[in-house]
Amino acid sequence: MRLTLLNVIIAVVLAIAFAAVNAAYLVWAERRGAARIQRRPGPNINGPFGLLQPPLDGIKLMAKQLTIPGGADRIMFIIAPVLAMFPAIMSFVTIPFSDSIVAKNMNVGVLMIFAFASMGSMSLLIAGWSSRNKYSMMSSVRAVSQAVAYEIPMLITAITVVMIAGSADLTEIVHQQSKSILHWNIFPLLGNSHNILMPFSFLIFFMCTLAETNRAPFDLGEAESELVAGFHTEYGSMGFGLFFMGEYANIVIGSCMTTILFLGGWGCPFGLFPGVWWFILKLYLLIATFIWIRWTFPRTTIYGLLNLCWKILIPLSLFNLLFTAGLLKVF
Amino acid sequence: MNSPILLQPDETFILNVGPQHPATHGVLRVKMEMHGEYIVNAETVIGYIHRMHEKMGELKTYPQFLMNLSRMDYLGALGYSHGHVLLVEKASGIVVPERAEYIRAIMVELNRIASHLFWFGAFVMDLGGFSPLMYALQDREHILDMLEAVTGSRLTYCYFRFGGLYNDVDDDFIAAARRFIPRMRKSMKKYHRLVTGNIIFRKRLEGIAPLSKEMCRKYGASSAVARGSGINFDVRKNEPYSVYPEFDFDVPVYHECDSLARYMVRMDEIEQSLRIVEQGLDKLPGGPIMPDKKPKLIKPPAGDYYQAVETARGSFGIRLVSDGGKNPYRLKLRSPTYSNMHLFDEACRGMMIMDALAFMGSLDLVIPEIDR
Amino acid sequence: MICEKLKLTLQTLFPEPTSAPLEAQSVGDDQDKKTITPPPPRPDGLLEREYSVHGYHLDAQIAPAQLLVAVSMLDDADFFIESITGVDWIKDNQLEVVYDFSRYDFDLCRVVIRTRVDRKSPVVPTITEIYPGANWHERETHDFFGIKFDGHPHLIPLLLPEDADFHPLLKDFKA
Repeated sequence: MRLTLLNVIIAVVLAIAFAAVNAAYLVWAERRGAARIQRRPGPNINGPFGLLQPPLDGIKLMAKQLTIPGGADRIMFIIAPVLAMFPAIMSFVTIPFSDSIVAKNMNVGVLMIFAFASMGSMSLLIAGWSSRNKYSMMSSVRAVSQAVAYEIPMLITAITVVMIAGSADLTEIVHQQSKSILHWNIFPLLGNSHNILMPFSFLIFFMCTLAETNRAPFDLGEAESELVAGFHTEYGSMGFGLFFMGEYANIVIGSCMTTILFLGGWGCPFGLFPGVWWFILKLYLLIATFIWIRWTFPRTTIYGLLNLCWKILIPLSLFNLLFTAGLLKVF
Repeated sequence: MNSPILLQPDETFILNVGPQHPATHGVLRVKMEMHGEYIVNAETVIGYIHRMHEKMGELKTYPQFLMNLSRMDYLGALGYSHGHVLLVEKASGIVVPERAEYIRAIMVELNRIASHLFWFGAFVMDLGGFSPLMYALQDREHILDMLEAVTGSRLTYCYFRFGGLYNDVDDDFIAAARRFIPRMRKSMKKYHRLVTGNIIFRKRLEGIAPLSKEMCRKYGASSAVARGSGINFDVRKNEPYSVYPEFDFDVPVYHECDSLARYMVRMDEIEQSLRIVEQGLDKLPGGPIMPDKKPKLIKPPAGDYYQAVETARGSFGIRLVSDGGKNPYRLKLRSPTYSNMHLFDEACRGMMIMDALAFMGSLDLVIPEIDR
Repeated sequence: MICEKLKLTLQTLFPEPTSAPLEAQSVGDDQDKKTITPPPPRPDGLLEREYSVHGYHLDAQIAPAQLLVAVSMLDDADFFIESITGVDWIKDNQLEVVYDFSRYDFDLCRVVIRTRVDRKSPVVPTITEIYPGANWHERETHDFFGIKFDGHPHLIPLLLPEDADFHPLLKDFKA
């Protein structure tokens, strides 16, 4: 019992470290990637390839004063960024990076991650509301309506995968896909369900991840050309830093989930040497796609975004759920 | 103090967009009365960068005022200088050598391309796509380098003189301009592939902010705002000046009246300007760039003179009331975006804020040019 | 074409046409004339100007009371509003309001409408009812010259600070 507790504490600390380092270096990767897309060098002064940029940015942010706007709700204002970071870190506890590297495997892992993910939108609401700024308020209303809408198809799609695997245990879901690349849930042929709609499921899940993490082209919450900086307009210093890191941590979680649910987790595409490196490789490929999309597409509108969700993604994912259930009954 | 922002179901609130706001590209302020995300009413407040160029015009002599014109519009400065020199030359009867006129036209068109490129980048950035700005700025950089080599400045040119030019173009410039044309055409293809064909981009612009012909007329809109609403109006064609009648170019007109039409007009204009530059380089005559005899002191005879030119932002008019002295008695600058921006208050009613700001981007605003 | 038609229409504003002799006087080309004294104030009337010299075709000076009629004529003939401005004729003790109109089609015709008001109490009717786009132009002219546009919906400073009580383009303005 005590050992388990110790395990969990160590795992949480490691998760915080992993999330923080990942967030910091994803900022670097994003800036370098954006620069590469835009044919400019990007940060390249501090350290080799600008690798010292993230710690220096962190020091700068921490050295700054946290200003709280007059009339703001002080407690809520301070809690909000913490709430943005906390669920992201907690989610790392149950994510299996490989057979052995998992802090606390649970048989309801999928549920737990979605439970934490839906806490994220609360921090946006609190941040926007407590800032007492009209732009922030509008942004948080947008962000919440977006998060609530996109959680539905995301969950339905995840349930489809859970149905196929017959388990909500993330490790178990990966094990089911571990035979070869063709057994991955994204591919319909040899997969457990023979469901030809699975590639669409993958796309729906990926789009929902983009929307849930407030990434372009769905970054309506912080649409800088109309809402200045959205819900974190009034935040400076580490308050802003936490929002920023929270966003990147959420991206990592989203990509982890996509990898686990659809891309065979730590399984090797060719059935060779399964291990954590495959997981990391797939994870970063997905993140690179996030960055690539962000710097290529313009932003959608809020009504276009919600129309897409309520009128296309939810019916499609519901249909897919029924279809999969039918298939599982037949085979 | 800690009361939250609470609104009754039908209550509106005032949103101050600007004077410092990422979407206004300068110190423009729009006081919007909002109902949720919808704009009930908008009032544009300008004048934050007003410098009273017209009074300066009265206090300075004619040559001293030359440099003021390029301070009006920092993106397409040469077009404004062109109007000014044409006006004073017309008023005081100075004949410009043909070579000078050709070089002027080439320079103005290059400057127009540079201005449209910057607009293109900034407009897509308004819509949330950041990368096209960087591509556009790279192409613009080539133009600025060319212009810098000849005119001596990159943004606020003082290149035209009454009667001619400050500096002749050299072979390097001509070679660079010839190299630039095919490169720009290639870039245009890339922009269309990257941006124009993008589904999100089209969805955000199609059918947004329709401006009727009648509305354009009532507000005096020009440039792509009028041409995107199906009005075939381009001062270069309607009221030919300088050597523009010598060039074979088209005026792109779109009848959709929406933001996408305004975007398409400007993109097509880049191509047309390239054609003008190409023909100008082919036809460029030899000869002097300044007239042989030119009055020592420029004193247009008493009277009232008007000159309109098509700048990158639309129909720029300049009115000179002379009393025969060495200073203008009155100099009126009619800036095109002033009229184009005026449309915004009426047109944006009932729109959502993101569409309204996309519409504002499609007007191609340069705030110092509105405020003068 | 439209110029001819409009000329006839505008002519109806003036009982007896008195344009011909004035034309010669104001386009006096003798540059050596050292006299700075401006010509005496022009009487109301319609002038046809040489486009290649002045840049416009028709030049009508009318009484402020006739302004709305004249502008409606232009509106009916599909002219668009180019700008509104003022000129301070301090020697005549008058302020002039200048309205520029032009056309979108290829039937080129630039029209200038002028009206003169007393410098002490400059009041002109607003044309925002006919051309909503005149709103800002009139506010700007009010800023610079202090000309009041009677019936203007929102005549507050536009380009000048909102508490401005000076009019910089008046010739007797001292900064």
